[in-house]
Amino acid sequence: MSNGNPLTAIERERFDFAVIANWIPPGERVLDLGCGDGKLLRYLRESKGVFGYGVEIDHESVLGCIRNGVDVIQIDIEGGLSGFENQSFNHVIISQALQAMHATERILGEMLRVADEAVVSFPNFAYRTNRAAIAQGHMPVSENLPYEWYETPNVRFFTIADFEALCGKLGIEIRERLAFDDTGQAVTDDPNLNGSLAFYRLGRKA
Amino acid sequence: MVQNNSVGIVAPQRIRFNEPIALKSGARLPGFDLVFETYGTLNTARSNAVLVCHALSGGHHVAGVYADDPTNWGWWDNLVGPGKPLDTRKFFVVGVNNLGGCYGSTGPLSVNPETGKRYGADFPMVTVEDWVAAHARLADHLGVDTWAAVIGGSLGGMQALEWTLQYPDRIRHAMVIASAPKLSAQNIAFNEVARQAILSDPDFHGGHYAEHGVIPTHGLRLARMVGHITYLSDGQMGEKFGRQLRHGEHQFSFDVDFEVESYLRYQGDKFASFFDANTYLNTTKALDYFDPAYTYDGDLAAALARAKAKFFVASFSTDWRFAPSRSREIVFALLHNRLHVAYAEIDSDAGHDSFLLDDVHYHAVLRAYLENISV
Repeated sequence: MSNGNPLTAIERERFDFAVIANWIPPGERVLDLGCGDGKLLRYLRESKGVFGYGVEIDHESVLGCIRNGVDVIQIDIEGGLSGFENQSFNHVIISQALQAMHATERILGEMLRVADEAVVSFPNFAYRTNRAAIAQGHMPVSENLPYEWYETPNVRFFTIADFEALCGKLGIEIRERLAFDDTGQAVTDDPNLNGSLAFYRLGRKA
Repeated sequence: MVQNNSVGIVAPQRIRFNEPIALKSGARLPGFDLVFETYGTLNTARSNAVLVCHALSGGHHVAGVYADDPTNWGWWDNLVGPGKPLDTRKFFVVGVNNLGGCYGSTGPLSVNPETGKRYGADFPMVTVEDWVAAHARLADHLGVDTWAAVIGGSLGGMQALEWTLQYPDRIRHAMVIASAPKLSAQNIAFNEVARQAILSDPDFHGGHYAEHGVIPTHGLRLARMVGHITYLSDGQMGEKFGRQLRHGEHQFSFDVDFEVESYLRYQGDKFASFFDANTYLNTTKALDYFDPAYTYDGDLAAALARAKAKFFVASFSTDWRFAPSRSREIVFALLHNRLHVAYAEIDSDAGHDSFLLDDVHYHAVLRAYLENISV
């Protein structure tokens, strides 16, 4: 995957899909929150034979899902997932979208109510190039965080360390974590510094 | 009005079914007529047929125009035609006037063969389930074993939903727009006001007004006025009329002061000039009674367990008659049953009637869904 250069937006998306798909057994029932135009679900359907629904609030994205032939439900999940039944999915996914939602705690709790396991991916704001940007006096802008501060859809800026602290507070079990630098190389040494993209497999503590 | 990509000149057809039909109320009709229109061509696999179900005041004239009535365009002409979202180059589209209607299908205006007089109030009450059973006979007649899709807005959406329950193997896609799985108490209350307006009109004559050579125009007009308010949004009415005065100043009388009064009176008059009061009464009751969950202790998910179709559900942000939350009830019942569904909540300022308009995003969503239906 890595050629030493930072992943482009398209490469990053494919990378994101591949990492997530690796955690989804074939034929599962999947819910994808903030599913965009449904490409991940279509990928999981084609590669894993999953049966899944996307949830999306943005009108153009919903149209994209319908064009992609993906089942989509246009609702605002900031208010929770009422209507979705307990444990009705094997996996619930939130890929590169948690940082754009306000109700972080509620959404994480709801995810583990409606599914056995949650898969979360997000950009690590403590990644070294982001720290360097801040040290230079500016909010980071990169392939991974491609927005100026005044136009970013992101509303929650958090790090791998922050996220794990919140999981601890909420009684969420971290079953697996993967971190990658901006070239797509897996990172094990100090992921909060060296990891640009973070992926988690989460469950309820027994 | 310029009509691009129209199906052009169309003509209604009529079919007689001589086999009796047992109605949900327990009554029977010895046979019945349906009037319908078709657009496009049924393919050899007979896999491209789409049924368009009408709401309260619609009928079989869905698209195109009549040669002898060149301003009478179909009620969903913006949706149906070559190159339009419901593309007649791909689909064979069928519009039908429901049983009990007043546009030519057997209904209260028809002559009762047993008496030689018009049915009037003696026409048996028909339900959404009865309409769908009658549609199925039309499907048989047309050689359509399975609809590629059944589509409808409002009460039409209820028929699409009912199709998935009554004939789960004969419908591949149900497109349920601006609809609800059952009426709320408030919905029924509005219907009751409309019915009381008709029933209390001195010209109603217990529903046998035709024999008296009169029409309960006053009641129909009021019924339509109250109904019409529920089809629009507060914001849209405010934008359209605000508090504009007809005569520039307050008249201190009960004649038209405000423009919105004039508009409602116009809508009421227009409707009362062509719609049958008995059909109106029956149709509002059909709405009230529709509740697939009724025999499942109110459990809609259990009621939908037998459905097999894939669903498209859409609602409109300012629709307070059948608000988005009503569509979500359907969506979550479908989820419970692990059925395929695409649900779009469309931003619109036009209230319930939005489903009839050609909002760009709404039509893009319909087009996208319809394009993915294989035929």
